[in-house]
This record gives sequence, structure tokens and C-alpha cells, in this order.
Amino acid sequence: MRITLHKSLLCMAAVVMVFPLASLAQQTKADFDARIGMESHIANVTGHAKNAQYDYRRYCVGCHGDRGDGMGENFPWVDPKPRDFQLGIFKCRSTPTGTLPTDQDLSDTIGRGLDRSNMPPWNIFTEQQKADLVAWVKHFSPRFATEKPGTPIQIPSEPEVTADRIKAGREVFSRVQCWKCHGVTGEANGPSASTLQDDLGRPIAAFNFTEGSRPKCGSSDQDLYRIFMTGLDGTPMPSFADNIKPDEAWDLVFYLRTLMSEPSKEKAIAKQLGLKPVDTNAPAQPSGQQ
Amino acid sequence: MKNLQKLAAVLMAVMVVLCGALLLTHEVSAATEGKISGTVKYEGTPPHMRGIDMSKDPYCAKANASTSPHMENVAVGSGGGLENVVLYISEGLSGPALSQPATNVPVFDQKNCEYTPHVLAMDVGQTFKVTTSDQTAHNIHPNPNPMTGNIPWNQSQPPGAPPVEKSWKAPEMIEVKCNIHPWMHGWFAVVKGPYATTDANGNYTISNVPPGNYTVTAWQETLGTQTAKVTVAGGAPAKADFTFKGK
Ligand code: HEC
Ligand code: HEC
Repeated sequence: MRITLHKSLLCMAAVVMVFPLASLAQQTKADFDARIGMESHIANVTGHAKNAQYDYRRYCVGCHGDRGDGMGENFPWVDPKPRDFQLGIFKCRSTPTGTLPTDQDLSDTIGRGLDRSNMPPWNIFTEQQKADLVAWVKHFSPRFATEKPGTPIQIPSEPEVTADRIKAGREVFSRVQCWKCHGVTGEANGPSASTLQDDLGRPIAAFNFTEGSRPKCGSSDQDLYRIFMTGLDGTPMPSFADNIKPDEAWDLVFYLRTLMSEPSKEKAIAKQLGLKPVDTNAPAQPSGQQ
Repeated sequence: MKNLQKLAAVLMAVMVVLCGALLLTHEVSAATEGKISGTVKYEGTPPHMRGIDMSKDPYCAKANASTSPHMENVAVGSGGGLENVVLYISEGLSGPALSQPATNVPVFDQKNCEYTPHVLAMDVGQTFKVTTSDQTAHNIHPNPNPMTGNIPWNQSQPPGAPPVEKSWKAPEMIEVKCNIHPWMHGWFAVVKGPYATTDANGNYTISNVPPGNYTVTAWQETLGTQTAKVTVAGGAPAKADFTFKGK
């Protein structure tokens, strides 16, 4: 009879392997209590989950629910559905697809609200209140206890808008085929638009660039850059980080502006150039000048 | 879902006891590796597989002009063999047997607007690759349950895109979709330990199995699972055949 260290290690490992089963279950009050010490760090403000209980009850629980599972009393009437915080999956991130957002991302989202949904912008809160709410949102998910947020993508400084860059952006839009969902004119009417579903199997519309609505994850040039380089997790909107180079990404941002209804420098240049929607019959062909 | 947690607690207790027992038994040499092989059959009239209308993407329609593409959820060969069934060891493996050499990188290709293979099996933690052979854009979008520890992601692969390399943390049968082409539907079958997938005739062989007593599970995406007990010794492969009955 010989007891080896090797064998006992294997055994320990086997026991540990069964642990994830426990987290398969719906999270309970005991799980939340165990994570009540959750913090957030946003600039020089430290948020504490336990300090957000009152604000959450007053402002958020009606949609996001007691357990943060999105099953608040408004659940049946709200579409898209309130986010289930237990899953730890978020649309608006500065981090790569499949990773957790940063505390700053979550705070920005809460302040901004999510356009085309029932989630309003929350501009009544101080930075401290927002930081506390971020910690509270995080404490619902076991992921924030064990995983670090992804590394935010690098965004190079914004170059000057030029006619060449806008034309180059049109080529990127054509090459990576944003139009499959968003349509060649950005009206959310591409060939795949009508069958899109979110990860919960609910129908979802692609973003319509032309009707003046704001992107959920921010409407600055930097926000647009971030949106297609990280994707909106939980939706069909994928990440293009592997297929669009940083410089090209700025070209694409400028081209997206030409599709939007708001007046912009890009729109004026596009008009001058007589820029036409991309030709989907020749998607791989660079079509040069207009 | 308190029950699941209870189940986990009980399982953990059982594991601890089993571990104790194992520590008291004598060393087993893992040097002689064995195999498990067999055939998976479908009995009855194969269900009708719906045809796929790819007309929304002219590239896809053209690529399939000479064939008639159809759904692949139940693929029955001429001899009744069932393809794309994943076989793995559900009981009896002791310890974290990392069954795959690092050089074995399974590949999931997007070809003619379908997934090849339709089901890609892999070990927990094993690196796999997603490639595209198509001249139309895809987005590769697996949708696991994040509570298992597997996190969903969604990446575009336009024509000429570099491969996407990933791995999964936990055993799970993960559905994969392309939102651009809603008929594209496949699986990442993530299991613990050695595995095999049946070929067009329903045949399979699981290699790298240390001698011992095991339960083998056969998983089919719509027909569910079946199990069989086998004993692997050195020499000839242990046999386990399965039959899935049609409704
Ligand atoms: C009237 C209902 C409603 C209320 C009240 C509400 N939310 Fe939401 N919230 C939503 C909906 C709906 C979504 C999902 C929107 C979508 O998917 O586009 C959401 C999403 C979110 C997200 C996820 C954002 C992302 O990137 O995926 C966060 C974080 C969030 N809410 C925080 C809060 C906080 C904190 C409060 C309280 C201060 C709050 N919400 C109050 C409806 C609400
Ligand atoms: C597979 C379909 C699909 C493809 C391809 C696609 N998108 Fe999207 N996109 C969507 C969907 C669906 C949404 C809406 C998500 C939501 O409302 O939660 C969206 C939203 C957006 C938004 C708004 C995000 C926000 O914060 O509201 C922008 C900007 C965007 N897409 C840009 C692009 C660009 C640029 C490309 C190409 C590089 C692209 N998309 C490719 C499906 C797609």
C-alpha cells in the first residue's frame, strides 16, 4: 500500500472539478451575501456594493429584479428584456468579445442608458452612487468574483477626416460585409436582417443608421470605433477586431457618419463626392473612386 | 434550483470518499493504453431533413447549386450508421486525464455556408480552430451557458479572415450559429477526457484509454444520450455498439 502525493493531487483536482456544478444553479441570497464585499474602482472613486442597496431597490429593482436576473415586475412589458446580471454578459464594453466589461464601462452605461430600450439614462447619481451601483451589479454574477475584466482595446488617436479616408471606409464596409445585416444604406434592411435573434432567441433588429437614433453604447467617434471592434455580446453584432486594422477602423467610423442622418463633415464630403452605397455584387472587388 | 446545488454537494462527498478508497488501492500503471470502438446505428425510417433555402446569399446558393443542401440534425448513412454522434467516457476516468497531445487541434471550417464538421468534439481545455473557406462573410457565434464557466463570444469572419483559436473551460454541448446565415447550425461537443465522433457509417474508435472499467456515453444532438459499460484491458479494443430508435 503506497500513498503517493501524485495520486492525492489527482484526487483533489477531481473534487475541484465538481465545483462548477454548484454554480450552474440559480444564484441564491447566500451567494449574493458571500459577495457583498464586491468593490468597483472608477478613476479615484471606490464603489461598495453594500452601499447601493437602497438606490437599487428604489431605481432598478422594478426591471432588473431582486436577484438581478432581469425578472423584475416590469419584465413582461419590457422589450428588449432587462439584463440578467447573473450571466455577466454585457453589450457595452471596451473589452474584447467574451470578456467582462471594466467598471468604467458599466458606470458609463448606467449614466448613458440604453437607447431603443426601457433602460433610461441615470444622470441623477453622483459618481460615488454610480460606482456603488456598479459594484452591486457585479455582485450578482459569480464571474466577477473569479474573472478579471478583459484588457480594453487600444484606440489610436483620431486622424483628420479626408475624402480618401471616407472612400477607404466604404471599402471596409463592403469587404467585411456590415451590409449583410445593416443594409447598404444603413437602414437595417440587409439580406440577413429579418432573421436576426439575440442569445435568448428573441428577434432583434440591426441598428438603423439613418433614422437619427443613438447607438446604445455611445455616439462619439471613439464609441463607434469601440462598438464594431468589441461587438455587442448577447446579440448578433460580432467583433471585427481580427479583421479590421486600427487605421482602417477610423476610415470605417468616418464612413458610418455618412450613413447617419445628423449633419456632419463626413456627410458633406460624401455628398460632394457623390458617394454611392456599396455594390454587393462585387463585395471582394475594391471599387476605387466614385 | 436548489436541487442542483444539493446534487453538487452530494457528488462532492462521493468524490471525497472515492478518492479515499483510491488512495488505499495499489498503483495502476497507465502505460498500456487501450481503445474503445463500435458502431452507432439508427433503427427505423430516418426522419426527413428539411431542405435549406440559401437564396438570400447568392454566394451560398451558387456554391450549392449542384447539390441540394439540407439540415443535418440526424445524418443516417446507407447502412443505417448514424454520423456525428459523440462518444466519450462519462464515468470511470480517474483524475484529470488530459487525453489530447497539444498538436491535435480540431478544425471547424465554414465551407459552402455550412459547418464542416457539423459536430466538433474536443476535450476541456483543448485548443481548436475555426476557419473559413468561403467568399462570403460569416460570424461565428457559440452560445454556451455562462454559468458553466464557458463564456459566449461572437466574431466575424469575412472572406480571407485568419482562423479564430479558442478553447472551452467546462464540459458542455455548445450550439454554434451564424447570425448572417440562420440555417448554419453546428455544435462544439466539449467533453472531459478521450472522445470520438462517428463517421458516415456510424463507426468510431476512442483511443488513449487507460485500462479500467468505464461508462461510455453516446450523444446525438436531437436523439439524446445512451450509455454502455465497458472494460478496457490491453490488447483488443473494448466494444460498445449503440442503437438509436426512430419515433
Ligand atoms: C424601466 C426598466 C429599467 C430600469 C428601471 C433599469 N433598467 Fe437597466 N436595463 C433595462 C433594459 C431593458 C436593459 C437591456 C437593454 C438592451 O438590451 O438594449 C438594461 C440593461 C442594463 C445594463 C446592461 C448594459 C449592457 O451593456 O449590456 C446595466 C448595467 C443596467 N441596465 C443597470 C441598471 C441600473 C444600475 C439601474 C438602476 C439605476 C437600471 N439598470 C434600471 C431596463 C431597466
Ligand atoms: C450579423 C449581423 C451584423 C453584422 C454583420 C454587423 N452588425 Fe452591427 N449590429 C447588429 C445588430 C443586431 C445590432 C443591434 C444590437 C442591439 O440593439 O443590441 C447592431 C448594432 C450596431 C451598432 C449600434 C450599436 C449600439 O451601441 O447601439 C453599430 C454602430 C454597428 N452595429 C455597426 C456595425 C458595423 C460597422 C459592422 C461591420 C463592420 C456591423 N455592425 C456588422 C448586427 C450586425
